[in-house]
Amino acid sequence: MRLDVIFRVAAKIFIPFILVFALYVQFHGDFGPGGGFQAGVMAGAMVIFYAIIFGLEAAQRIVPPRLVELMVPAGVAIFAGVGVVSLLFGGNYLDYSPILHDPVHAQHIGILLVEIGVLVTVSGTMVAIFYTFIGRGR
Amino acid sequence: MDVIKTVVEHYNHWIIIFLLVSGLYIVVARGNMVKKLVGLGLFQTSVYLLYITPGKILGGTPPIIAEQYSVYSNPLPHVLILTAIVVGVATLATGLALVVRINEAFGTIEEDEIFAGEEDE
Amino acid sequence: MIAANLPALQVVLPLLGAVVCAMVRRGPLAWGVALVVSLAMPLIAVGLLIQVLDGSTISYALGGWRPPIGIEYRIDIVNAFILLLVSIIGAVIMPYAKASVEAEIAPDRQPWFYALFLLCLSGLLGMAITGDAFNIFVFMEISSLATYALIAMGQDRRALLAAYQYLIMGTIGATFYVIGVGLIYTVTGTLNLADMASKVGEIENSRAIIAALAFLTVGISLKLALFPLHVWLPNAYAYAPSMVTCFLAATATKVAVYLLLRYVFSIFGKVFVFADLPLPEIFLVLSLAAMFGASIVAVFQEDIKRMLAYSSVAQIGYITLGIAIANKLGLTGGIVHLFNHALMKGALFMALGAVFYRVGSVKIDDLAGLGQRMPITMGALVLAGLSIIGVPGTVGFISKWYLGLGALEHGWWWLVFLLVLSSLISVVYIGRIVEAVYFRPVSSAAKRATEPPLSMLLPTLLLVASTVYFGIDTAASAGIAGRAAELLLAGLR
Repeated sequence: MRLDVIFRVAAKIFIPFILVFALYVQFHGDFGPGGGFQAGVMAGAMVIFYAIIFGLEAAQRIVPPRLVELMVPAGVAIFAGVGVVSLLFGGNYLDYSPILHDPVHAQHIGILLVEIGVLVTVSGTMVAIFYTFIGRGR
Repeated sequence: MDVIKTVVEHYNHWIIIFLLVSGLYIVVARGNMVKKLVGLGLFQTSVYLLYITPGKILGGTPPIIAEQYSVYSNPLPHVLILTAIVVGVATLATGLALVVRINEAFGTIEEDEIFAGEEDE
Repeated sequence: MIAANLPALQVVLPLLGAVVCAMVRRGPLAWGVALVVSLAMPLIAVGLLIQVLDGSTISYALGGWRPPIGIEYRIDIVNAFILLLVSIIGAVIMPYAKASVEAEIAPDRQPWFYALFLLCLSGLLGMAITGDAFNIFVFMEISSLATYALIAMGQDRRALLAAYQYLIMGTIGATFYVIGVGLIYTVTGTLNLADMASKVGEIENSRAIIAALAFLTVGISLKLALFPLHVWLPNAYAYAPSMVTCFLAATATKVAVYLLLRYVFSIFGKVFVFADLPLPEIFLVLSLAAMFGASIVAVFQEDIKRMLAYSSVAQIGYITLGIAIANKLGLTGGIVHLFNHALMKGALFMALGAVFYRVGSVKIDDLAGLGQRMPITMGALVLAGLSIIGVPGTVGFISKWYLGLGALEHGWWWLVFLLVLSSLISVVYIGRIVEAVYFRPVSSAAKRATEPPLSMLLPTLLLVASTVYFGIDTAASAGIAGRAAELLLAGLR
């Protein structure tokens, strides 16, 4: 009972920081090590951590399986969609330069958007894998 | 003397070869399906080293433009290996999902037990 | 705007289609999306082929970054041919898939099935279209992972084992490919295939390049199921769902053959392959082993899908025999057999899928007497089987004709004799099927069988008709294959 209390309190303190760090890694991907995949894994690990400490049902109330199933293709749609937007603005596929008035800013925005797509898909996939493996045999 | 110098200079390649061969050996020699996947992961790790270790230029800095530095380490292998790591993770996840299903369908994950069961049919 | 961006659309449309299928909840709706996307693919492929028929090359810079720094999609007549093949097979198989998938896959899994199929299609098309070595690996793994999951959806529990075995071997093959690319990158400093070709041609005597060639060849041979690396294929084809077997048999190994052609002829051709290393001899021996060994094993199978899987290994031996002969006629034979085998095996597995739909089994004893119950389907099966044997008037004969002509140009009479001998072995196993279907009393399993629904029958008949049509009018298939062979061999000089 005592150890259980320690885990629960510590988890409640840690989890917001994990999310903040994941977002930090996500947005600093162009300046240092980081990017969508690393941030996605950390965000997924946060949900898994919560599920391990508080139980699968509690985690599935916060992050429902249906939402996770939608996140996986949604991230791919964001990434591919940015490429299609580039096509509509007259450039080649995934050529971010024509999207805005200034090519440098456009590249920045384009990379940011595709990395968000990667974040959504990767975190969704990690949580989906966890839900699937844990949900069997119950 | 020359031979020793060559061997020591290429220590990264010796490590790569060792990991590669031991990973392949585990895949071939072990019948447990999860152990095969572990061997596969080890084999893929050696490939990551094969790309990254030649990318480091001795005396090179991280590839961020600054006035006082002119020699940069090559950033391209890192990007390639990030892709390869993601592919490896996806393969491992698929493999483990298959192992879970095989365990439910056959009751075991040892290859010899499964094939012995199949022979009797 | 659409015309200029056709190369990107060829790969992106199936990807977006897969995303839509994954978000849709109902099977028939996902099938509709997959149908629309796969019918659009041949149109794009024809549009690309028309532009390169005169021998020019399309270069499409992805992301606006020009090659060799950026990834480019590079299309010439060789890969336009492969793109056309894969997209046509994908388009023909989608109408067939509706009934077959509804019978074999659980309803809540059907949207995921179609999403995986479109991902596999996108990966195969991407492998063929891209001109960057590492991009090939990415698309190879996209299609392979989708394939493992598709095979595991088979009804028999041994499908899981088959998928696992294919996963282990396929990942080893892909990793060997990556090792080869890594070695080339360390020596030449580029990943762009065209740039690589010019740089490798200048290098004199490099052990790293020879090692890279070895790793690349072994890795790609694992994917194309060259004997003795074919072990995953019979299980994977036998236990996968019918539609998956049909699609894989017609496309997956063919794209791997294209990769082999690209590396052996365009990139490594100049100095190493046909001067120092005995690569043609190795391919010759392995091809002959595949042709004979696999055909003989096929004769003794009870499960017809397994029998045809071993037959596929033998037919891949014919394709690599074309590579080993390595003159214009032989290479034309190999490349045109890519096309012909896809048509033949596609038709055969489609007919078998229709049999499975009605009878519920593909064991040879359960098919006894089916010629009376399902005459049209069995007629299609036998006609495609005649094509495998190589009867004149069918596509099988065309490929063997060119291979024989290529061998004669070298003066290899013994090879022509071996070609005829291996065709005789295929008479035996096709003959077993014919004997069971027409000359035995109707089995209990086949008693209530009737013709399959039109949505399954028409694509089967279309493919069988094309095996006869392209066997008589070869201007399109053999003509394009000849021009592709010329282009590849020009890299050798």
